[in-house]
Amino acid sequence: MSEIALRAALRVRNLRKAYKDVVAVDGVDLEMRLGECFGLLGPNGAGKTTTIEICEGLTAADSGEVEVLGMRWNAHAKELRQRLGIQLQETQLSEKLTVMETVRLFRSFFRHGPEVAEVIALVQLDEKRKSRVGGLSGGQKQRLALACALVGDPDFLFLDEPTTGLDPQARRQLWDLIEQFKLAGRTILMTTHYMDEAERLCDRVAIMDHGKVIALGTPRELIASIGAEHLVEFSAGGAVQALDVSALRRIEGVREVRAENGSVRMQVTELHQAVPALLDELSRQGVPLTELRTHSASLEDVFVTLTGRHLRDE
Amino acid sequence: MSNTTWADGPLVQLTLVRFREFWREPEAIFWVFVFPVLLAAGLGLAFRNRPPDVLKVAAVTPELARSLRQEKLLDVERLSAPAAEEALRTGKVALLAAPGPGGAVVYRYDDTNPEGRTARMLADRAIERAAGRADPVASSDRLMREPGSRYIDFLLPGLLGMNLMGSAIWGMGFAIVDARRKKLMKRLVATPMPRHYYLLSFVLARLLLLVVEVGVLLGFGAWVFQVPVRGSIPDLAVLCVLGSLAFSALGLLIASRAKTIEAASGLMNTAMMPMWIVSGVFFSAQRFPGVLQPMIRALPLTAVIDALRANMLQGANLAQVAPQLGVLGAWLVVCFTLALKLFRWR
Repeated sequence: MSEIALRAALRVRNLRKAYKDVVAVDGVDLEMRLGECFGLLGPNGAGKTTTIEICEGLTAADSGEVEVLGMRWNAHAKELRQRLGIQLQETQLSEKLTVMETVRLFRSFFRHGPEVAEVIALVQLDEKRKSRVGGLSGGQKQRLALACALVGDPDFLFLDEPTTGLDPQARRQLWDLIEQFKLAGRTILMTTHYMDEAERLCDRVAIMDHGKVIALGTPRELIASIGAEHLVEFSAGGAVQALDVSALRRIEGVREVRAENGSVRMQVTELHQAVPALLDELSRQGVPLTELRTHSASLEDVFVTLTGRHLRDE
Repeated sequence: MSNTTWADGPLVQLTLVRFREFWREPEAIFWVFVFPVLLAAGLGLAFRNRPPDVLKVAAVTPELARSLRQEKLLDVERLSAPAAEEALRTGKVALLAAPGPGGAVVYRYDDTNPEGRTARMLADRAIERAAGRADPVASSDRLMREPGSRYIDFLLPGLLGMNLMGSAIWGMGFAIVDARRKKLMKRLVATPMPRHYYLLSFVLARLLLLVVEVGVLLGFGAWVFQVPVRGSIPDLAVLCVLGSLAFSALGLLIASRAKTIEAASGLMNTAMMPMWIVSGVFFSAQRFPGVLQPMIRALPLTAVIDALRANMLQGANLAQVAPQLGVLGAWLVVCFTLALKLFRWR
């Protein structure tokens, strides 16, 4: 393997995969650098898991090319398996084994890697190492799954929805761990449908919808691409129908206005000028304000702008 | 990596997992070890050979009573005629002996009741001998109550065969389908684990548990009921191992695609239920009509049980059970080949 081939941790070209009734992945191209933390972002059913499982060599693509660490699955599966750390969505590890027994089992499959106790310490399960897996909390189980992905000292870590279903505290704990791996220079490909997770952890994200990548870049670039730093949302009760939306569009610093279900959503560049102007305009039109919210633009807003849907709607 | 030992190898670890999952499941222990012993104990007690029963008879006169008491197998009671009638009618005695006209004896009994007929024979013999009859042919009895020909001797190899089948098919089927259902199998496939090690770990664990399983049941039979093992122990071991492998292959085939425990249970019961009935666990498979016999003989459980009975009760060697070995070998090869073709890792 040449150094040049190794510089790209992952190359995916024109990937396609269809199941009986649905096209799950529809022409995806991706490229990841070594040491990068890359996020596949999108609603459920967008094709994230199928894409990551094809990259993991668990699902065969209908067409397209996948190169992981400069190797291909059909030629170098054995070597690749030794160098990848994989955490799947919804794996239930055997409930009757202890934490230590589980990690030891997974460790036995890899030629190289840290000591069992070391990995357990890394995911902060020392105190639980003799507990049965069945007695662990959701967050602890997820950290154990992470430990099983780390036992081979992987060059490349695949995390499929690592924090789905966890409470906020457990999520934050897991984020801290993933950030540690980033600092240690590991390459990470993760999927998530949490915007905040992607914004916090990922160097770059690809937003997927209906099997296609609809946006690609750093979270900052993507947010900047919608051309607004802030979002203003307000409700005006039943009076919203009478509202003259075009007047709102003329307000200085307002980029886009969208009215739906009795509430209005505006993309705004200069919040401090737009909000007073909005309030003036509403009182001029005699529309009573029932709710007003503003927040900084996020990846969620990028998704909404691109698709007209909320991620959580799915 | 400094203190890696042989125990850190993937095959050892996978096999250890099988053991741990088994030992930590109290129900599994019960069904594999305790249940067959309980069944053997219960049926062995229920169908034990009783000492010959002493039959109760009534005599109306003291002379008749005295004559009848010569017979050890009769328990004679002197009763008045009405009391004797009452005792006969209510089944307290099997026979009533009363004097008839002209020094004759009248026996009253129910000739549809075997006890009545036996009592009639014994009573008549006693009275005729008391009256001076000599037997023209001298005879003597030599009694046979040997281990090896009782029901428990027939039953134990049957239970052993049934246990070999159940533990192999359940052990294989549930564990594999459960791992597939929980996506644990998919997770293992995502590691560098050699896939054949995964299947091999089941076989290894099964063979090691087999030693305990067979030992417990045979030990119990030998200790409590003196059930013999007349054939050679190595031959018996070969039979158990081959049987267990054949059933494991069947279990693997059943579990090769099923995605839910319910589906797997249905398939396992469908496979095992007919064999529980026709393969001669509790009664001889010969009782089924002749046309069915070739089919029944071709079932793996029939083959195992027949071979075990031949070894334990008749002391047969492996050559003498070659047809059964052939049946088991065929099931092993066919099921295993099919299972490997059909097996899904996710």
